[in-house]
Amino acid sequence: MSTSTPAVSVRALRAGRRRLAANRVVAYGCAAIVALAVLLAVFGPMLAPHDPNASNLSNAFVGPVAGHPLGYDGQGRDLLSRLLTGARTAMLGPFIVVVVSVAVGAALAVIAAWRGGWVDSVVSTVLDILFAFPAILLAILAAAVFGAGLTAPTLALAVAYTPYVARVLRGAALRERARDYIAACEVQGLPAVAIWWRHLVRNLLPLIVAQATLTFGYAMVDFAAISYLGLGVQPPTADWGVMVATGQAGVLQGYPAESLSAGLCVVVVVVAVNLLGERLAERDGEGR
Amino acid sequence: MWRFAARRAAMLAGALLVSSFLIFASLELAPGDPLASLTGGRTLPPEAVEQLRAQYHLDDPFLSRYVHWLGDVFQGELGTSITFREPVSSVIGSRAGVTVELVLYAALLIAVLGVGLGTLAGLRRGRVDASVLVLTSVLAAVPSFVAAIVLLNVFAVNLGWFPALGTGEGLGGTIRHLTLPAIALALSAMAIVVRVTRVAVRTELGREHVQTAVSRGIPYHQVVRRHVLRNAAIPVTTILGITITSLIALSAVVERAFSLDGLGSALVEAALSKDFAVVQGISLVFVAAFIVANTVVDLLYAVLDPRVAMGSRAA
Repeated sequence: MSTSTPAVSVRALRAGRRRLAANRVVAYGCAAIVALAVLLAVFGPMLAPHDPNASNLSNAFVGPVAGHPLGYDGQGRDLLSRLLTGARTAMLGPFIVVVVSVAVGAALAVIAAWRGGWVDSVVSTVLDILFAFPAILLAILAAAVFGAGLTAPTLALAVAYTPYVARVLRGAALRERARDYIAACEVQGLPAVAIWWRHLVRNLLPLIVAQATLTFGYAMVDFAAISYLGLGVQPPTADWGVMVATGQAGVLQGYPAESLSAGLCVVVVVVAVNLLGERLAERDGEGR
Repeated sequence: MWRFAARRAAMLAGALLVSSFLIFASLELAPGDPLASLTGGRTLPPEAVEQLRAQYHLDDPFLSRYVHWLGDVFQGELGTSITFREPVSSVIGSRAGVTVELVLYAALLIAVLGVGLGTLAGLRRGRVDASVLVLTSVLAAVPSFVAAIVLLNVFAVNLGWFPALGTGEGLGGTIRHLTLPAIALALSAMAIVVRVTRVAVRTELGREHVQTAVSRGIPYHQVVRRHVLRNAAIPVTTILGITITSLIALSAVVERAFSLDGLGSALVEAALSKDFAVVQGISLVFVAAFIVANTVVDLLYAVLDPRVAMGSRAA
């Protein structure tokens, strides 16, 4: 930071401190929202006050009443119960995408950076080809071939996100590979796998966590879109993406509660995850 | 420059070949008899089964079938749709127009509003900048189908400004019908473009040659136009390219939301009904469009930043 005149630097310092504090409040808020979403994914179905699939058509589109704070959906099912239950699949899908794509991406990145040469070029070429397939398209293809449901589109999204994770981690692994401490380990005769686990991956961990968080946000949007299209989680299962789709008839009749509330849940979680991911990535950048 | 263009063209051809193979092979991956997947589980008369066997060369080995298929593709022969009961090429032909219009409309919104707002926020610190920043970090996370629902609810159902579903007649009708879908498709990409443009403009403003130009008394708008915007255009073009090409696949979601008869909604219908010829045909069109668009962006990038073509771009 330049200190040309004291007045400017003090002002800049204050502004910087204020921004830092504001950032910290936002970061804690985001972390709280993400934690809540994770808790809902685990316990949501148990917290639901009513059976999410019990329908009573005479209650269709009825607004909030006692015992049903959000009212009913178009088939007379309790909206709050469906939202609470729907958190599970809406979070589980992107979670699987993140676990698979980060594990495979990190493994490919470490191997490519470690071996270099033809291994690196083969891995990089395969990843480049995968870049030509947009995630949504790959998931639609997978659903067409293996059938709609949670499994095929989720794995397809994982495949589609692997190159993005692998490209970032490969660059970082290459930088880390060139460092002296790695060379020191090699000279001491440590087996490669030990160096990977104990040193390379551990030093990449902050970046891996940041990448995983950012990937979760994108994957959640794509997964919900696939369920919205009818190719992912199948109705009548309560799921946020599915609920936006089933509520669409209500939107056109002037009862948007189901679609809007489910959509809002997706947006809130994704905003929180994205801001948290950006902050983690920034902090990792400062550490270097 | 020409050598760079030639290399990119070769990569383009390679990527098209590999992705066509992957799309063809995906049909082979389908569990069970390929014939069963082709008929979508329906029972067809024996003559029809014979015709399918001959048409897809089902008794030939895998690679020769692929070569046959690719030869047919080059002649515009993509097979026959089981659900639409017409050739896949005419399914694509009759539906491509809506998708192209939708994607171009959304691309225009992204380029004009995204870059415009981003430049404004970059040049003006303070309240404009702060509000744009907060707004875009929320909008960037709004999935296109949620945006579609909100727009439908507010502007079609409650205000009645725009029609809710379908495509209109004539230029005016088309624009009226496609406005909400294009906004839904463009929204999150636009937010990302605003953020990247803002940072790019801010970075260029802080550079020494810009400070020097300002301190030498060169008019501010001239400095902005000649030094700031010209250099900021490089990262902005990259993000415009990435976001606009991503609209191609995303159009499927928006077309379903607004019941538009485009390629994307046909792809989803075909995937749901296991109409493989249509899935293959439209996937091929989407991937080809995606790859070609990416190549065009790379070339444009090289024109804007001559260092790229010189090969000094960091790997």
